[in-house]
Amino acid sequence: MPRKASLNKLLIIGSGPIIIGQAAEFDYAGTQACKAIREEGIETILVNSNPATIMTDQGIADKVYMEPLTEEAMEQILEKERPDGILAGFGGQTGLNLAMALEEKGVLGKYGMRLLGVNRESIEQAEDREAFKNLMQQIGEPIPPSVIATNIEECYQFVKVIGYPVIIRPAYTLGGTGGGVATNDRELELLCQRGIENSAINQILLEKSVAGWKEIEYEVIRDGRDNCIIVCSMENLDPVGVHTGDSIVVAPTQTLRDEEYQMLRDSAVKIIRSLKIEGGCNVQFALDPDTGDYIVIEVNPRVSRSSALASKAAGYPIAKIAAKIALGYSLDELKNYVTQETSACFEPVLDYCVVKFPKWPFDKFRTVSRKLGTQMKATGEVMSICRTFESALLKALTSVEIKCDGLRIPFVSNLNNEQLMEKLAACDDERIFCVAEALRRNLIDVEGLYDMLRIDRWFLKKIKGIIELEQRLQTQPLTKELLYEAESRGFTDTEILNMSGVSREVLQDIRIYHDIFPVYKMVDTCGGEFDAATPYYYSCYDDEDEVEVSPEEKILVIGSGPIRIGQGIEFDYCCVQGVWAIKDMGYEAIIMNNNPETVSTDFDTSDKLYFESLHIDNVMNVVKKERPYGVILQFGGQTSLNLAEKLSSRSINILGTPYKYIDLAEDREKFCALLDEIGISVPAGLAVTTQEEAFSAVEKLGYPLVVRPSYVIGGRAMQVVYSDVELKRYLKEAVSISTEHPVLIDTYIQGKEIEVDAIADGEDVLIPGIMEHIERTGVHSGDSVSVYPNFTISKEVEDTLVDYTKRIAKALNIIGLVNIQYAYDGKKIYVIEVNPRASRTVPILSKVTKVPMVKLAVAAMLGHKLRDSQYGTGLYKKMDYYAVKVPVFSNAKLTNMDMALGPEMKSTGEVLGIDQDLNKAIYKGFLAAGTKIPTRGSVFVTLRNPDKNVATAKIVKRYQQLGFHIYASEGTGAFLKATGVDADIIDYSKAKEMIGEEINMLINTPKVANRPESDTFPIRRKAIERGLPVMTCVDTAAAFVIAINLKKHGTELEYGTL
Amino acid sequence: MENKNEKKEGLLYLEDGSVYKGHGFGFPGTRVGELVFNTSMTGYQKILTDPSYKGQVITMTYPLVGNYGISDIDNESGSVHAFGLVVKDLCQEPSNSRSIKNLDKWLQEQETPGVWGVDTRKITKKIRTEGTVKCVISNEGISMEEARTLCGETQLRGDWMKTVSTPERTTLGSGGKYKVAVLDFGVKTNILKSLLSRGCQLELFPYGASAKEIMASDPDGIFLTNGPGDPEEAREAIEETAILLRDADVPIFGICMGHQILALAAGGKTYKLKYGHRGGNHGVYDKETKRSYITSQNHGYAVKMESIMLKGMEVTHLNLNDGTVEGMEHRDLPIFSVQFHPEASPGPNDSAYLFDKFVNLMKGGEEHA
Repeated sequence: MPRKASLNKLLIIGSGPIIIGQAAEFDYAGTQACKAIREEGIETILVNSNPATIMTDQGIADKVYMEPLTEEAMEQILEKERPDGILAGFGGQTGLNLAMALEEKGVLGKYGMRLLGVNRESIEQAEDREAFKNLMQQIGEPIPPSVIATNIEECYQFVKVIGYPVIIRPAYTLGGTGGGVATNDRELELLCQRGIENSAINQILLEKSVAGWKEIEYEVIRDGRDNCIIVCSMENLDPVGVHTGDSIVVAPTQTLRDEEYQMLRDSAVKIIRSLKIEGGCNVQFALDPDTGDYIVIEVNPRVSRSSALASKAAGYPIAKIAAKIALGYSLDELKNYVTQETSACFEPVLDYCVVKFPKWPFDKFRTVSRKLGTQMKATGEVMSICRTFESALLKALTSVEIKCDGLRIPFVSNLNNEQLMEKLAACDDERIFCVAEALRRNLIDVEGLYDMLRIDRWFLKKIKGIIELEQRLQTQPLTKELLYEAESRGFTDTEILNMSGVSREVLQDIRIYHDIFPVYKMVDTCGGEFDAATPYYYSCYDDEDEVEVSPEEKILVIGSGPIRIGQGIEFDYCCVQGVWAIKDMGYEAIIMNNNPETVSTDFDTSDKLYFESLHIDNVMNVVKKERPYGVILQFGGQTSLNLAEKLSSRSINILGTPYKYIDLAEDREKFCALLDEIGISVPAGLAVTTQEEAFSAVEKLGYPLVVRPSYVIGGRAMQVVYSDVELKRYLKEAVSISTEHPVLIDTYIQGKEIEVDAIADGEDVLIPGIMEHIERTGVHSGDSVSVYPNFTISKEVEDTLVDYTKRIAKALNIIGLVNIQYAYDGKKIYVIEVNPRASRTVPILSKVTKVPMVKLAVAAMLGHKLRDSQYGTGLYKKMDYYAVKVPVFSNAKLTNMDMALGPEMKSTGEVLGIDQDLNKAIYKGFLAAGTKIPTRGSVFVTLRNPDKNVATAKIVKRYQQLGFHIYASEGTGAFLKATGVDADIIDYSKAKEMIGEEINMLINTPKVANRPESDTFPIRRKAIERGLPVMTCVDTAAAFVIAINLKKHGTELEYGTL
Repeated sequence: MENKNEKKEGLLYLEDGSVYKGHGFGFPGTRVGELVFNTSMTGYQKILTDPSYKGQVITMTYPLVGNYGISDIDNESGSVHAFGLVVKDLCQEPSNSRSIKNLDKWLQEQETPGVWGVDTRKITKKIRTEGTVKCVISNEGISMEEARTLCGETQLRGDWMKTVSTPERTTLGSGGKYKVAVLDFGVKTNILKSLLSRGCQLELFPYGASAKEIMASDPDGIFLTNGPGDPEEAREAIEETAILLRDADVPIFGICMGHQILALAAGGKTYKLKYGHRGGNHGVYDKETKRSYITSQNHGYAVKMESIMLKGMEVTHLNLNDGTVEGMEHRDLPIFSVQFHPEASPGPNDSAYLFDKFVNLMKGGEEHA
């Protein structure tokens, strides 16, 4: 059954912006799908609003619509393109929901287009709780007692029969939004209400809780001939109760006997067959560890985060195969892309152990509860591969960038016994460290832990084994055997040194004399049974090294690690582009990264992939092995850049900007001195180490001030303060000020924020474009709406920006990429920040200006001059359209998170609105971001004092003119009235009550963010949970009213390609 | 860590002189056998008790072995048949509600030596490139010289099927609907279970039972089991099977060695594969249904395709990886066999439908009569 000949043109729906529960994995899946289809000679059309992705880049699909994933946009695009079929299974829940909506509306039928891979019936059967339940009963697969509820009464009735605890799962949501486990009436009421609201069809499932059972997942593929394979099985270390996205996951299953494994395999196969899915599918099971009974928890009828993980864990490209199957191929007609000889119709076997560890945003969201449950909170994840479980686990911990060298973190180590046991029971993101610490202190044994946590004894015993090895390192002499054992169990050098007390020299000598170094083994899908050609490696301590080092000149690119707030998929874009550029320039491109969700870790992206922790030990081992000509650190964000000092001190050739200048850009004092030298202003500022120094700084600088700890990423713990009270509180609560950790205090320049990305070659710079922020300074650049090209500043200011950028690049010896953030207060331009690396805006500018920024950067690093390129130097010509970047937040996922904009970044993703008309581009941006745009109703306005000015009043007035009724808090109301805007004054509790009823929008600029006890926080939260627009900066409100106006007047939008 | 055996050295000596040193576990002893690898990620207990592994030292490619311990329900026969076990990382503290002891202790009881802590992937790749190889496994401190001498002196047997067959005629499952004569070359328990659960009454015949005796039991069907060794060495069985093919007018079904013996009895030929198929992940294409199945595999020999096509047989199943014969069927008679293991155990249950096919054939015969 070769591919269907009738398919000449296909459309793929992307997943849109990154949010918690739907992240980079869909860029990976979508990119694979596009490539798999395009190589068949089929014209490939892609629609995706996310500009940070590889898939929206030139050359992946034939045509890319970077347009909102809305029904209207899709209808227009479909009408124009008339594809023969649509692939919706690669765009996550977004893709499926959109396809379902189009099908229901009759759009697909109208043009005779088919959904390929999954059809409407499968989607409904898998995702509609009632339909799924019926299907499972039909095929005799066990599911827990459950009820579908649409109101709270039904929930109570169910609990009366079944009892607590019960799990609440909303239908059609991402990452389990709004779900949870209820153990009493109060929790039931809360969770059910929220679940019903969050569900797209106001439907929730209540089911008997099987919390504590083993959670097992299978990734299944089925083709049109009903052939099925399991690509990978996975076992969650955390038992049922913690969302699999928040669980530590191990592949393959470890504690299942063959009979248990096959029982679940049979079930998974039966389920995918009954759903008639042609492509990939994920089935989640709960297995009772005592009786061996199981139930089916959930099915995802599409590729998913788990399938990305499974693809990387097994080396089997699920999305690629799923795409081929959608075209009509059967599994036995396809080759195993890894061996290139054997069939794709087989089940991969692993000869290593894989551990996935989540990356949580709690360092950013300090108000958000760290407790893990059925609602996913992680923004990203890392994966590690090794020959023992212990080493895979420890490698994962060093990959996740929480600054640990072993199974310990200072916070947990510093708890007293009572606090430790309390935290252990709390089931939060640091539980694994508590388990280790409790065993280390002998507070509890494995049985006790098992009774308490229901983490399988196998994992607990392995952790105990790690602790015992720690103790042996502490008490026994470091023999070569002991060192080898510690290494093969994944101990880092730092840990071994700390435990054994030997010096680094001694350790090094034992290593060299006894040749104790890691070797590299290949991920080959077949456990070594067949010869494989994939250059996909991991390190381990074993006998044979399989890496063949080629005689070519090599360049090593260090990736960006797990996706987190402030360091997202854009850096993976840069790494992948970097790899391609390196290949183009005739070098061998090697990549090191640990993120399973990304394109960079696809085995056919680079010439060689080292799936490794980016800990310095691991990086040096690869460098030692490959001896590359140079290492590129500027594409992987702060993760890779942070290695600059360590690599530089080891005399490794860092390509691009030298370490000395990277350091200079990050060292506030040296940096200010340098800018002073070249006559460029920075906001006046001081570094202080005590409270007294802070207040004497205030005397010099005056309020408002920007305060932050030195050396931060993504504006962590940065704040604008307006008074002594706020400053005092900040110094006390937000940062622990000390001599080692100075706090930076800068004058807050209120004005326009402008962002410039440039490529420098040591002599010239090329600025593809300038982006101007909608929000004034004080809002993190990642969270502000920003516009390409600049649209308000004068030619003179523009020229100055270009000049400054050139001078800074020259002074900092920038080779490659640089990102500079400027503030312009109407008179003077200040430099706020220089990042000597790739930035969030690189993929955006590369796409909208069509200047291949990363490629030019690589060329510059290799000595090519910009002036010789076709793009020239200076400011590149402006395009004849606007591109508006709108941030997207995962507000709804994180209860108790304050979404108020500030200097600290909170968004998880972004979209682009593109149009020749700026207003329309803004409108498209908000549409793409999924913001509800009301055209009538009421707005509740409450402003902080600095915003009570004429300009703000004008904006509020605009809402009123468009027919919105204005409610306001007392102070704000008085101010508005004084400026001629009618407003009904209501108090906060009244306002909260009216949200979602009469009030359908909020303009609320809070005095202080991240304080749940503040009076406006509950109002913002309620609005967010109801999915209403909340404007926490007046500038955003001003932009938003433009979108409202266009929508209200029924403005037609045209959707097109760049 | 799991260092309880650390003092005891484990040695694996290969015929070509290469040596792998690790830790010993299981029964302290020395054995000479054929070194093979198995890629299954679960099912070590079933594998070790599968009589088809008689005479072989098994390297597991999955590195973590022993995780779920040993249960009393996962045996494919009464004892361990493999001559030795080689693993990367041995789990001494298993976790599974069915586990009654750990792998180490069990192998001690079962008098089977083990070696852990060696580079099993390197060993696997060696077997892959150089073929199945004679080896010495030892964990009682013998020297390399001793291992070399022992390796040189020992002749590997090919007629293991004669030693693992039922010692005497045995009846299983009284009152079954279909009487099946089982020619036992070292049957796996789950084959018997698969037949019994489909309403068969089984008459197990020891190796070498005559066709006459078998036919005298008046079976509704004849089943040829799996078993260890070189099929060509099962001369008596081949001869008797040839008679059965000619004279027994009942459905015949063979699995693995049973399949090879059927092929040889039909006048076909078998040959030794370079390193065999052992695992639970190979795709097999069924030419009739045009479907593919993931199968459990354990064989070192295969049937030569052209050799049977001239003998009235049709190739029905092909291995998707290397195109070898995975199944055949008589053009006219209700005789069929497969190289893979529809009884799974360990491995996927996808092809259990073949037992139904056998039973249906017997049913058909009944209707005829």
